[in-house]
Amino acid sequence: MEADYSGDIMTINMGPQHPSTHGVLRLELKTDGEIVAEAIPHIGYLHRCFEKHVENVDYPGVIPYTDRMDYCAAMNMELGYVLTVEKLMGIRVNNRVRCIRIIMAELDRIASHLIAAGTYGNDIGSFTPFLWCFRDRETILDLFEETCGARLLYNYNWIGGLMFDFKPGFEKKVVEFIDYFEPQVDNLNRILSDNFIFVKRTATVGIMSPQLAINYGVTGPNLRGSGVKFDVRKDEPYLGYQDIDFEVAVGKGEHGPIGSCWDRYMVRIREVKESCKIIRQAVAQLTPGDVQESIPKRVKPPAGEVYMRTECPRGELGYYIVSDGGLKPYRLKVKSPCFTVMSVFQEVSRGSMIADVVAILGSFDIVLGEIDR
Amino acid sequence: MESIAQLLRLMPKYDTLPGLTQAIISVLLSCIVIFALLALAVLFLVWMERKVSAHIQDRLGPMYVGGWHGWAQTLADALKLLLKEDIVPAATDKLLFKMAPFIVFLGAFAAFVVVPFGASSFVTDLNIGVLYIVAVGSLSVIGIIMAGWASNNKYSLYGGMRAAAQIISYEIPSAIAIMTVIIPVGSLSMVDIVNAQKGGFQHWFLFRNPFIFLAFIVYFVASLAEVNRTPFDIPEAESELVAGYHTEYSGMRFAFFFLAEYANMFLVASVATTLFLGGWTQVLPSSIAHQFIPGPILFFLKALLLIFIQMWLRWSLPRLRVDQLMYLSWKVLLPISLVLVLGVGLLTVYW
Repeated sequence: MEADYSGDIMTINMGPQHPSTHGVLRLELKTDGEIVAEAIPHIGYLHRCFEKHVENVDYPGVIPYTDRMDYCAAMNMELGYVLTVEKLMGIRVNNRVRCIRIIMAELDRIASHLIAAGTYGNDIGSFTPFLWCFRDRETILDLFEETCGARLLYNYNWIGGLMFDFKPGFEKKVVEFIDYFEPQVDNLNRILSDNFIFVKRTATVGIMSPQLAINYGVTGPNLRGSGVKFDVRKDEPYLGYQDIDFEVAVGKGEHGPIGSCWDRYMVRIREVKESCKIIRQAVAQLTPGDVQESIPKRVKPPAGEVYMRTECPRGELGYYIVSDGGLKPYRLKVKSPCFTVMSVFQEVSRGSMIADVVAILGSFDIVLGEIDR
Repeated sequence: MESIAQLLRLMPKYDTLPGLTQAIISVLLSCIVIFALLALAVLFLVWMERKVSAHIQDRLGPMYVGGWHGWAQTLADALKLLLKEDIVPAATDKLLFKMAPFIVFLGAFAAFVVVPFGASSFVTDLNIGVLYIVAVGSLSVIGIIMAGWASNNKYSLYGGMRAAAQIISYEIPSAIAIMTVIIPVGSLSMVDIVNAQKGGFQHWFLFRNPFIFLAFIVYFVASLAEVNRTPFDIPEAESELVAGYHTEYSGMRFAFFFLAEYANMFLVASVATTLFLGGWTQVLPSSIAHQFIPGPILFFLKALLLIFIQMWLRWSLPRLRVDQLMYLSWKVLLPISLVLVLGVGLLTVYW
């Protein structure tokens, strides 16, 4: 949309300090009254030199650093890294490790989507779903704390295995939680997703066409909200996801054009239900075994380079590692899905109102730790 | 108020005072009584809001302060706000900045002099009572614009202007919905309106007339916007532009805005109770029983029910965008209320 910038353009800062819990992002809004002519994102406030730090730490020591990139879904961050190194070293893990990794990754996906849904409701003005989502997320965090001792940043997926095994009876607790949680999603839909005001605020706003999304390289729920059926777990399966039966949730545009904020939000809610299905199947496929049997004594990958991508809750997470044969990575580069989606933000938010800018930002579900690394 | 006048006559030397002084003293005392009860009511409402919001959100709310379910929480908060440092930003318009909270407060509290809490529990029975309430209720708009301007803050100005636009737009459907009640009564006096609803719930205006039933809903929605409550709380909970018109206020000045909001809530609930739910008159039909709950208490309970619904809506619904808000007022509520007035008029004349 090329807008003729007539009239007074006022520049307002939605400064790095936000009331919405997206992190430290600065949005420079050039507004003409209530309409936003340009919304230019400025990032870098949370840059912690992750890619430089890891060049000075040995391979297993990188794992806590990967946790802290996307702190809302740390299990998935670790998983991506660990699978990349295992691909480089040619390590195969046993079925128990595979199933536990799937269970933890999907539980963290649910936790991350609950944060996304809750804070999105908060941005739109509905304060109650936020607390309901966090109440359910507390149970997930308690499950994590029982297994690895930490609620948010786990250091649980290790190269070749896991830090701890499940305690006996843990699988039952997981299934109990899933049984309790699936009806809660319908509760959430009643108060938020199908709410008339919420639909009016989000279903006609932030339209991202599939071509635009593909051109910019958007992945994950943001891409699937525009109707494109692409999920790394189905198209390039890892961890044996091809043996698990689940659907890929896609936005269908029930309340407005396809690719609206509501579609992206709804994809996440549907993915939560799919994750519940996946967890049940992974628990059923769990076999006894030693989770630490494939962990090498010293992680010394052969010289070479490798790229591996996984589906984290925010999109396609890619790790590119160049190894020179030593104990520390020579170069580690992370392809962050939120970074890609911020690049299309300016395009999507042009011409909307200030209130819509908040709605669009919330629907992209960004975490600044992952964008800035 | 009758009882206050009687009490005063018991005082020695009271009859020797000139008539005007007698009148002034009795009215002043009634105002003080009502103001004190109102302040208590507002304190209670703040605590109730915290408890209601907590239980809707699956948590407990205040539990410790004062012992039983934290009933003294509001007192503790008011005390804390009193003790805070009074910050007046340097580049503001000092006079306007300091006056604004008082004007908003005044707009909320001054309307209570005509609200009849009981058969003789009111300060005065103006024969233009309803008109007075609508007029005084608009005073707070001036205070809000003053607050937004005097804060010397781009976002406060934005927020203040939006709030003013919202309140002014919603005054119109609200006043027209009130008109639908005036037509059957034939008088603007609040006491007359309540007296026309005596004798049980079948006499309430809410149930007498389908048009008035819809007018109640229109009035309720419009009054939510008057009080800046979600789903119409764009000026307040601006998670968009961080600020609102009262962002630069701290300590007791902020407490005034806060109390004024809850007093406003109580005011619109009281007005709705008086006009549509029969005020202080009994609920059961008079053929079954006489009124056994005293008037003011029944009035307060009815208003409390409406306030509970207001709080319920706040914690369940998201926020409307500014243009959707304006659309609702001008293109939905206003035509509906005009049709309702027409309907009530026709029904009253030809029925």
